[in-house]
Amino acid sequence: MTAITLVRSATLVVLAAALGGCATGGQKDPYEKFNRKMFEFNDAVDRNALKPAATVYKQVLPSFVQTGVNNFFGNLADMWSTANNLMQGKGEAGMSDFTRVMMNSTFGLAGLIDVASEAGLKKHNEDFGQTLGYWGVKSGPYLMLPLLGPSTMRDTVALPLDIYADPWGYGVNANVQVAGTILRVVDQRAVILDASNLMEEAALDRYEFIRDGFLQSRQNKVFDGETSRKEAIKAAKADAADAAEPTAASIKAAYADDEAAPAVPAADPAADPSKPPVPAKTAAKAPVLSSEPASK
Amino acid sequence: MKLIKQLIAVASMAIATSALAAAPANEAPDALVKRISADVIETAKNDKEIQAGNQKRVMDLVESKILPYVDFQRMTSLAAGRFWREATPEQQKQLSAEFRTLLIFTYSGALSQIKNETVEFKPLRADPADAEVEVRSQVNVARGEPVTLNYRLAKTPHGWKIFDINVLGAWLVETYKGTFATEIGKSGIDGLIKALAERNKKLANKPLKPAK
Repeated sequence: MTAITLVRSATLVVLAAALGGCATGGQKDPYEKFNRKMFEFNDAVDRNALKPAATVYKQVLPSFVQTGVNNFFGNLADMWSTANNLMQGKGEAGMSDFTRVMMNSTFGLAGLIDVASEAGLKKHNEDFGQTLGYWGVKSGPYLMLPLLGPSTMRDTVALPLDIYADPWGYGVNANVQVAGTILRVVDQRAVILDASNLMEEAALDRYEFIRDGFLQSRQNKVFDGETSRKEAIKAAKADAADAAEPTAASIKAAYADDEAAPAVPAADPAADPSKPPVPAKTAAKAPVLSSEPASK
Repeated sequence: MKLIKQLIAVASMAIATSALAAAPANEAPDALVKRISADVIETAKNDKEIQAGNQKRVMDLVESKILPYVDFQRMTSLAAGRFWREATPEQQKQLSAEFRTLLIFTYSGALSQIKNETVEFKPLRADPADAEVEVRSQVNVARGEPVTLNYRLAKTPHGWKIFDINVLGAWLVETYKGTFATEIGKSGIDGLIKALAERNKKLANKPLKPAK
């Protein structure tokens, strides 16, 4: 535990000091200047070390070994995920994650084989940042952490607990621990290798693209694919009863300045193809949509 | 009497043919997405050229099987947000075209990497009267978490059209919105069009990586 904790808490201290000095940029990214520098640094590390390592790892190791590594660390993460599910009052998901750990640690040979997924128990991947978010803590500004990558103020505050609660490192010596952590990081990178290659092509400005994608994706994880905690609870209940609500309202709310959206009571949209597109004037209606308590 | 009979015959013929022609337009949105994705994955998996990264083949697949169901104009207008209204019709046309090309390149890159993935659809949450719906699915991959893949579709006179896609919890429109705004703020709508065009030129000269 010690070696890595030390390095990580040191980075956090440096980070806090660095952030004190700069507060520029837009609303969601007041530390853009700092973040961009960190992004460049992380990118250099990735290009020169992590990505090449992950590429070799992916090409050289047999697929079953990679799966084993991924499952092993995934199983460790499921323990903390169990606790976080329970802290969020998600009893069913918590029990499911707990059963996963039990099954995979025994029948799955210490987590190397993910038998629980085969048995239909889904992985939930909750961390303490998500728990705080679910409890109502706002994400705060975007933060690019050295080596650890994109994060938010809330998730950075939650991070020490996530690290502390991570079972990896208890009961093994420091060298094994460091080696294991490197393996874990390389494996994680290998998993997203194709996706990150793709991202490089899709983005005009990679920093912005990753930031805007990450913030959405993170928010989405906090509320399990819904737009708010209330919605998430409703959807979970409805899923059980097989009677989920339509998503039309949330779609409307997502595009504040949409002109082409069909009229609200969609009487028979197919019947009026001759109708000209909605004139710009009606865009004045848009603020009604955004006047709902924004989740940002 | 004979005339009336003929009239009825012609009328019923007309109704029958119009019903036939309208069949794709009446397809439910989730059924539509399911059909396209099954079709595309099947083709991509079985085509050696695509698996080897033949860019032209992949683009052909995208053009023929996916593009007819995507409303790029709407997608671009949403990503451009309030700037869309400030753009001239000519700029709007160019912007849509460049954005479309960029997305085709990106999508083509993703397609050539399809191997053993399976897609799982969630039940559609929509009223029959809804003119906009969200189709939710997830792609099960060999390792790691399943990848969320959601689609937002709008009903148009020409059937349901996709106007936004969600990958891993992030909506495409929302993700590009920030970049678009920054680029427009720096060098105007023409600047954004130019930036997109340059990116597309680079991508066009770069061969797709073959799947490993």
